Amino acid sequence: MNLTLHVWRQKGPQDKGKLETYPANNISSDQSFLEMLDDVNEELIKKGQDPIAFDHDCREGICGMCSQVINGRPHGHEERTTVCQLHMRQFDDGDEIFIEPWRAKAFPVQKDLIVDRSALDAIMQSGGYSSCHTGGVADGNAILIGKPVADYAMDAAECIGCGACIAACPNSSAMLFTSAKVAQLAALPQGEPEAKKRVKAMTQAILDEGFGNCTNHYECEAACPKGISVKFIAKLNREYLKSLVPTSTES
Amino acid sequence: MILDGKAPTGDIQTSWDRARFDMKLVNPSNKRKYKVIMVGSGLAGGAGAASLGELGYHVDCFCYQDSPRRAHSIAAQGGINAAKSYPNDGDSIYRLFYDTVKGGDFRAREADVWRLAQVSNNIIDQCVAQGVPFARDYAGYLDNRSFGGAQVSRTFYARGQTGQQLLLGAYSALSRQIKNKTVTMYNRREMLDLVVVDGVAKGITVRNLMTGEIESHWADAVVLATGGFVNVFYLSTNAMGCSATAIWKASRKGAYMANPCYTQIHPTCIPQHGDKQSKLTLMSESLRNDGRVWVPKKAEDCDKYPGDIAPEDRDYYLERKYPSFGNLAPRDIASRAAKEQCDDGRGVGETKRGVFLDFQTSIDRVGQPMIKERYGNLFEMYEKITDEDGYERPMRIYPAPHYSMGGLWVDYQCMSNIPGLFVLGEANFSVHGANRLGASALMQGLADGYFVIPYTIAPYLASLTPGEVKEDHPEFKKSVEDVKGNIDKMLSIKGKKTVSELHRELGSVMWEDVGMARSDASLKNALQRIPEIRDEFWNNVNVTGGPGELNQQLENAGRLADFLEFAEVMATDALHREESCGGHFRTEHQTDDGEAMRDDENFCYTAAWEFKGAGKAPELHKEPLKFENVKLAVRSYK
Ligand SMILES: Cc1cc2nc3c(=O)[nH]c(=O)nc-3n(C[C@H](O)[C@H](O)[C@H](O)COP(=O)(O)OP(=O)(O)OC[C@H]3O[C@@H](n4cnc5c(N)ncnc54)[C@H](O)[C@@H]3O)c2cc1C
Ligand code: SF4
Ligand code: FES
Repeated sequence: MNLTLHVWRQKGPQDKGKLETYPANNISSDQSFLEMLDDVNEELIKKGQDPIAFDHDCREGICGMCSQVINGRPHGHEERTTVCQLHMRQFDDGDEIFIEPWRAKAFPVQKDLIVDRSALDAIMQSGGYSSCHTGGVADGNAILIGKPVADYAMDAAECIGCGACIAACPNSSAMLFTSAKVAQLAALPQGEPEAKKRVKAMTQAILDEGFGNCTNHYECEAACPKGISVKFIAKLNREYLKSLVPTSTES
Repeated sequence: MILDGKAPTGDIQTSWDRARFDMKLVNPSNKRKYKVIMVGSGLAGGAGAASLGELGYHVDCFCYQDSPRRAHSIAAQGGINAAKSYPNDGDSIYRLFYDTVKGGDFRAREADVWRLAQVSNNIIDQCVAQGVPFARDYAGYLDNRSFGGAQVSRTFYARGQTGQQLLLGAYSALSRQIKNKTVTMYNRREMLDLVVVDGVAKGITVRNLMTGEIESHWADAVVLATGGFVNVFYLSTNAMGCSATAIWKASRKGAYMANPCYTQIHPTCIPQHGDKQSKLTLMSESLRNDGRVWVPKKAEDCDKYPGDIAPEDRDYYLERKYPSFGNLAPRDIASRAAKEQCDDGRGVGETKRGVFLDFQTSIDRVGQPMIKERYGNLFEMYEKITDEDGYERPMRIYPAPHYSMGGLWVDYQCMSNIPGLFVLGEANFSVHGANRLGASALMQGLADGYFVIPYTIAPYLASLTPGEVKEDHPEFKKSVEDVKGNIDKMLSIKGKKTVSELHRELGSVMWEDVGMARSDASLKNALQRIPEIRDEFWNNVNVTGGPGELNQQLENAGRLADFLEFAEVMATDALHREESCGGHFRTEHQTDDGEAMRDDENFCYTAAWEFKGAGKAPELHKEPLKFENVKLAVRSYK
């Protein structure tokens, strides 16, 4: 099939950037979206032009590196799919495709489709862990965890940290991403002791990193390639409220 | 030269405890004076950096991705082994040790394997404490499944995303140390040289991939945990950025490359389609718990819809050839068996390079919801890539390059022959011998990072004065000049071929001639072709853009340049090893029924190669292997 691409080109963080148009010819429906871009880049190189820069690594939907807004939607229109897992059989001959980077104040564009997502690491550093030491922990079966709880934690833990939820949100809120970690750890007995401290620190980090507020648009869930549910945002809100109420052992 | 792995002698069961007791310690208040560089943030590097930081060392950690959480460990699906013996099915540390030595076809160092088996149990506990949501049963206990090469159920898992969950555990521990400022994280940096001062590793030279700036970083010890090198085949299950660059640069500075010919071709990957593919996708080996592998008995049935082929016309060749392990035969054996069937003209799918992995029997036994619960995400992934429903019709699979057992040579302390250079995880050669069993790479990465390096680095650090050599040393300047010179050279060629065209050429030579079956003739052909492609690279590659900017073509070019040198050592090693063992199969050395034939008399050693210059023959050093606990025997899975 033959396609027309409109791709965001931006030389560097200070550059203004604009959409450029390129043909993508002889694309096979078995190719992945990124393999299609590889083809376009090979053509550009042969013509002595600068290939399109985009983030990618595992190309199997798990590392969270790939990050493109395709026809206005982060990761494209197919549900629960990262860009790297999107295949060209989802497109038709003659289609026009718009490809842009994640857009959010906290994700400055570095070049073309590549953005800086270190703000997500900063949120994790603020409290996305249980403070256990290496060694000196209890046997893995010492504390039983019922299957429903383990499954709930796993549902939340599937987040790949791609940032699509933020790119999709009209407020650029990092609530879904953050809530997934808060919910996973709060649900597990190993994370529960620090739950109050964690939810306070992580919600503060969201503000410090320049993300917006959550006003319940739920665009995040629709864009999330891993199907992370907005129920975790509700859980975060409950955990946050709990953290405001002192318990009898806290003075 | 005869190499000494300095493994403890005597009773194996107490070897690690004795070795640990004998190791010098660094006084807690002195630890912060030492600086350690960790290159890599995967299971090995992430766990290591977090643990060393927690102990009080000052750690600088590097990765090429935009976040430590994206290391390729994230992609591991199936699970991680441990000798917990929770199912009460006869497992023990000794059995895990035994299985790993045997699975590796008797080409690993016994003491290192013992240590791995011993600490395996601590790993599970550690991960649970971090909040890793391992699969549990309804009573709340940890659940297990089986993997190839074992007759017990010792594999712990988190749906089909075990690597992701373990890595996020390590990443959370690392994040905590970054917050505590014991670890400084350098993302989007690629190590392009090892700085060696008077024979001792003292730092690295890296390129900032965002700005193109070349930076020097000093340390009292350098640890490499940079993963595997199977992208030398171009198409593999590794991430696009995985490379040999870090270990190859170290090799160029004198570190020995051990057993590079031991590469693992994984039996259950989605077959290649077309010639535009950029990578191959693994379907976890855990699927072999419930999937049965078969091909049609008759070549004329190969194009039929699989459901239309009568049961008696199907050849469940693994069950037939290896009745006691069946579909769970080790990877090297299962891969070669698949190749045999396809070579015999009974392969399936468009390219006829594929075999069926059929879930019908299990679906009939436990129901589709249960299969979905166990492997749902794998079926989803399969459908996305192939547009076929694995519940409706059998999946098609074919072997693909997956893992490197070989890597930099290290002694029992995980230190290379260059003092001060340590190597962890897939990047070293230590525990898997000539073949790695499933679910044991995650185990090794975390063992090295959490429970080995924190001990074994101490005696080395205790023997030196911290901070003696820093970035102002002339060797750092020289290294920066070399790196810049190399980059300028690549950018100035402006030839006609793209980096990926040349990488594909190298890959096809490696796959055809140094792949699943190797012969004297094929290896000699490879040794002729590799330097030709290398010459073409240095005369006819076209690398666009400049040095001082984000330039992905330049990154790929540098990685390919290193593969083009590394590949030659790999082929040299394969040619020299006149035996078949594990993942290394020499067609000249097989039994009448096509099984690998080892030659313990002449090849019971680790081959460690010293770089002597590009295009020059590397020099071979040997570390003899002794088997005092597991008797050398013909590996049988029949
Ligand atoms: C698809 C797949 C599935 C797998 N499934 C399983 C499984 O179920 N069970 C199992 O036990 N094993 C499995 N494995 C194997 C296992 O995942 C790996 O062997 C293991 O995770 C490697 O960990 P590592 O820490 O050594 O390296 P990696 O996780 O690859 O980390 C390498 C790190 O080094 C950095 N790096 C590399 N080069 C440079 C450089 N030049 N400069 C700076 N940084 C650099 C990278 O950024 C990264 O942080 C699987 C592997 C694959 C590919
Ligand atoms: S919640 Fe979903 S969209 Fe957001 S970072 Fe995680 S995986 Fe990506
Ligand atoms: S490239 Fe890893 S998730 Fe897309």
